[in-house]
Amino acid sequence: MGSKREVDDRFKKFGTVSFTAISKINDFIDYLEDGKVAGTKCKECGLVFFPPRADCYQCLGSDMEWFEVAGAGKLLTYSKLQFAPVGFDQDVPYCIALLDYGHYKVFGRIAAEVPEEELQVGMEMTVAVNRLPNGQLNYVFQKI
Amino acid sequence: MSRVAIIGVGQSKFVRQYPGSIRELAFEGFKTAMQDAGIGVGDVGASVICSAPEYDKQRSPAGIFAEYLGLNPQPTFYVETLCSSSSTGLRLAYSLVKSGLHDVVAVLGFQKMSEISSAESQERMGRGADIQWESPFGTMMPAYYAMYARAHMQAYGTTPEDLALIRVKAATYGQLNELAVYRKPVTMENFTSADDRMAGPVAAPLRVGDCCANADGSSCLIVASEEKAKLFSKKPVWILGLGAATASVNLAGRDLLTGLSVAKQAAGQAYEMAGITARNVDVAEVHDCFTIAELMAYENLGFAEPGEGRDLIRGKETYKDGRIPVNVDGGLLSKGHPIGATGGSQIRTIVLQLRGEAGDIQVKDPEIGLVHNIGGVGLYGNVTILGR
Repeated sequence: MGSKREVDDRFKKFGTVSFTAISKINDFIDYLEDGKVAGTKCKECGLVFFPPRADCYQCLGSDMEWFEVAGAGKLLTYSKLQFAPVGFDQDVPYCIALLDYGHYKVFGRIAAEVPEEELQVGMEMTVAVNRLPNGQLNYVFQKI
Repeated sequence: MSRVAIIGVGQSKFVRQYPGSIRELAFEGFKTAMQDAGIGVGDVGASVICSAPEYDKQRSPAGIFAEYLGLNPQPTFYVETLCSSSSTGLRLAYSLVKSGLHDVVAVLGFQKMSEISSAESQERMGRGADIQWESPFGTMMPAYYAMYARAHMQAYGTTPEDLALIRVKAATYGQLNELAVYRKPVTMENFTSADDRMAGPVAAPLRVGDCCANADGSSCLIVASEEKAKLFSKKPVWILGLGAATASVNLAGRDLLTGLSVAKQAAGQAYEMAGITARNVDVAEVHDCFTIAELMAYENLGFAEPGEGRDLIRGKETYKDGRIPVNVDGGLLSKGHPIGATGGSQIRTIVLQLRGEAGDIQVKDPEIGLVHNIGGVGLYGNVTILGR
């Protein structure tokens, strides 16, 4: 009996359209399924990464532990898109944004229910896991 | 130490849809540069081909071009740093000549963006960022630069009108450039009337008029050793300074959001190598893929202090007769932006300026010129300083 090789392609669940299926940080998807947005921290030298990485460029180690992105981040900037790439047409308009958590930053989308008029650079926002209509997973920034 | 010169420059007309194949498009830029240099294919020791490969159906265009341009059996190779590919090509050609490996090197940049369908192009644009962590959110180039624009406006009070002034300047000179894709005038009224195309939304706070257009085109630079330059050219233009830097693809890895760190770093290196400061620059070409990109370039290159770039455009200081003329060929905003050809076109403009051959857009007697060419959203930065 030949054994069938299983492919771990969990990452294909990330985002409206995912362009990556196989990654060493596929556990990121399990955290999303569990309602958590997670980054990695190098067990060797303590460097913190978001987005998560499998490898540390500082000490060249690959032994990582996960941490949860929790609490509030500061809105650094955002843009409202009126046009979108193929596959995102149904989402328009939407805002992409960058949150500052101090030791790391998080790039993502503003939650659809937050009106653009209520966005203010410098305001505090939190990150939350979001299940998209097509069953995919991402994370969005919400008002506190 | 021997110097390295540019002895020939050329470019095709930049158009929406080039009616020919990529090798024929490349030939147009090459032919004009070779005629400008007054040399033959036997004089060229090597060629460097520059483009963003995702638009090509042809695999490894360098080999195809070497044959079509009559450059067999000389070596050729391909270099890519997105929109700054041909400035990177010049950096490579400089090293090939400076090392003594070759005497004369052709740097050929090209892009036939219409080679693929609009839908295919859209799909590629979606992958123009970090495909694992950013593209799944639905990102596009204008939106990234819009995020920089928002941060700049928030930090310094720059306005959408300041950005529109940059587009108006570009169009002023684009009308004079026979090789430009967009040659219509643009006024502030285009931005204030709600139903005008220029005022249409793309990615707030950027509007249609803030964005450059895709184009097909080619450009070519002939780079030579000091010995060959003196032999072949009456007006060699010398490469005085070269700077290049990189930054994190993902915006999450960036600390500066009101300017491009790569431009600051590349400019610092280039000024140091040339032994000059920003004050010595008489004419400049900057990478205005979006209006905000030109405004940030003023500051990142040291033409203005951080936050004061708007004063340059409000005071028309970057017009042809201003303190520091910038993009008096119409810039990317008017010429169009055939990715791999853009840097070579910018360098061509500065070479013509320094030779006093820029025609209607000639700046008064410039001695030193600068080219700022950015790849991606500040992912790659090249600054080149040229002198007579």
